[in-house]
Amino acid sequence: MPIKIGQDPFFKRVESGINDRQMQKAVSSAQERFQKRRREATEELGNWEEWRKWGEAIRAHTMRYLDYYLEQLSENVSKAGGHVFFARTAAEANEYIIRVIKSKQATRVVKSKSMMTEEISLNKALEEAGCEVLETDLAEFILQADDHDPPSHIVVPSLHKDREKIREIFARLGYQGSAVPEEMTRFARNYLRKKFLSAEIGITGCNFAVAESGSVVLVTNEGNARLCTTLPKTQITVMGMERLVPTWEELDVLVTLLCRSAVGQKLTTYVTGLTGPRREGEGDGPEEFHLVILDNGRSNILGTEFQSILHCIRCAACINVCPVYRHIGGHAYGSIYPGPVGAVLTPLLAGYDEYKELPYASSLCAACTEVCPVRIPLHELLIEHRRKIAEDEKKAPPGERLAMKGFRLAATSPKLYRLASKAASIMAKPLTEEAKLKTGFGPLKPWLETRDFPAPEQETFREWFQKRRKKGENS
Amino acid sequence: MRVSLFVTCLTDVFFPEVGKAVVEILERLGCEVDFPETQTCCGQPAYNSGYHLETKEVAEHMIETFEPAEYIVTPSGSCAAMFHEYEQLFSGQPDLQARARALANRTYEFTQFLTEILQVDDLGAELHATATYHPSCHMNRLLGVTEAPYRLLENVKGLKLIPLPHAHDCCGFGGTFSVKMNAISSRMVDEKAQHIEETRAGLLIGADCSCLMNIGGRLSRLGKPVKVMHIAQVLNHLRQRGDEKDAD
Repeated sequence: MPIKIGQDPFFKRVESGINDRQMQKAVSSAQERFQKRRREATEELGNWEEWRKWGEAIRAHTMRYLDYYLEQLSENVSKAGGHVFFARTAAEANEYIIRVIKSKQATRVVKSKSMMTEEISLNKALEEAGCEVLETDLAEFILQADDHDPPSHIVVPSLHKDREKIREIFARLGYQGSAVPEEMTRFARNYLRKKFLSAEIGITGCNFAVAESGSVVLVTNEGNARLCTTLPKTQITVMGMERLVPTWEELDVLVTLLCRSAVGQKLTTYVTGLTGPRREGEGDGPEEFHLVILDNGRSNILGTEFQSILHCIRCAACINVCPVYRHIGGHAYGSIYPGPVGAVLTPLLAGYDEYKELPYASSLCAACTEVCPVRIPLHELLIEHRRKIAEDEKKAPPGERLAMKGFRLAATSPKLYRLASKAASIMAKPLTEEAKLKTGFGPLKPWLETRDFPAPEQETFREWFQKRRKKGENS
Repeated sequence: MRVSLFVTCLTDVFFPEVGKAVVEILERLGCEVDFPETQTCCGQPAYNSGYHLETKEVAEHMIETFEPAEYIVTPSGSCAAMFHEYEQLFSGQPDLQARARALANRTYEFTQFLTEILQVDDLGAELHATATYHPSCHMNRLLGVTEAPYRLLENVKGLKLIPLPHAHDCCGFGGTFSVKMNAISSRMVDEKAQHIEETRAGLLIGADCSCLMNIGGRLSRLGKPVKVMHIAQVLNHLRQRGDEKDAD
């Protein structure tokens, strides 16, 4: 399953995350930085809530008429001289891409950042087919150099590494300098520049495709995507089937939401719009352009209660505010899509069997929902997953099911409820010391590992109120 | 004004003093407080765990219980927010949906009721302490009550309120999350405890017993000398009295 990272089961992954203090420090300081920048960039705009509603409306409209806009996009890419391939699965996409590369008798591939190609494990497929693949996004370059360490964040894939760790990794490539970011960046730039010049194939992701003109839009800060799309003779762009906008007007809104939410910038350094291959009289651009549009499980989400997750524009704002992510890190999610968006999306794309814990890895604090630039109700979708697991799939633990049945019984019968709350205080008595529970069973056991639990009061509020009223009636 | 108190299950059994403070404050402000006897729980444990069939039965029971109420007041933003969830729970059942909507429209979190309906900011309270306030996620984000507690606390004589760093971060409770994902939850509450400690406040105030039980439980386990109070208990500390009788 290409979306999957690591082999350990969920709780094992959480444990390694929780004990990785270096990672936590890196994540926590990055989150703080991103949160501050996002807050400033959204406040500066003034009417952020209106922008969010606008973004939501655009995404909802596009999903409702997705078939129409995909056809329009496909037609316009063809008109501009490009080739379009609709891939149902990762395998279909990889096969097509390898076929294109082989037809050029090429082996040297440069890539700019793309979560979609992570999702289909394109690099692995290309390497197996004999290609030399080089990631040119700085963060992806670092991960590739670190023995293909998987991404832990969808915007900054190497977020879990600090500069010292990066220096160590670069040393393996011959770097002898310090851990100063500028110096390390210079090294990476020199290293990559040579590779760019000899590359035969450029592969990019796609932030948005514009249906009305058949264009692909890339939102980047490093400029490497432009080198990937101008130097090699053949360009292949891989996009998820939901990543498009009807016209440039909607693109304007979504790029604004994306840049401000993701990195707190008004606009990233480069926003590149590419339409087809190089035309006559143009100075640069590829001779051949291929657009691979991937389904890979997305059409199964359309028309369901989870459809709004397809509105996601991959800004990672939800990841950047998530306290769970801060403590366990991206790898603990076991998916290339971590954080709240990952906890919703991963089980949809890869199933509950492998990922049924993810929807529960949230305190439902709703910080994610609050920052989402296209108003995806992320915490509600997590609850919806839990509902599906418990009610439709019947995959919740039997003990939990029983407890909930008991809860329903008590909470709909006042008599039983009163009895249960009274029983709690009586049963707790022998376990109590200084108004704190010392031992417990069932769900109290894990609680008491790290926290005290108050012993029930001998007189419930209910009893106090009744007594007081009687007294009042008598006096 | 007639007010029906929804005390919440947690407050009923574990924090009755909070319920008492709410009754005393509301009565002092001229409200006639009643306590509908058949009330149980808002249903959130089942709802958040995905057991929506069970939740609907609990919700229907609560709708029935509070149907005669003019105003429903509860000392928990999270439970108040749960009443607001009922409507979508009954989608496809217009009759129950209308009743759920009517229930939600009459439901107020305690500080929200004080500031919005009774229009009071100053309850004449006095408490000499250095405190910090933890805003609970559901009250804050789902119910949208953000300013009311601060406005009320600002008017407590003698109370010095220190801003809590990263105040809006979740304390890690999350109901069943706290036991199901205990390792993560513990880290979250540890972080919260650390931020509280950074303020050097001797008192932690909150408006939701569930979060306070979580943070308080951790502070107590760590042996931190921080007292924990629900905002109703703070506001019930009257100026002329000045003693610490009601403080936990």
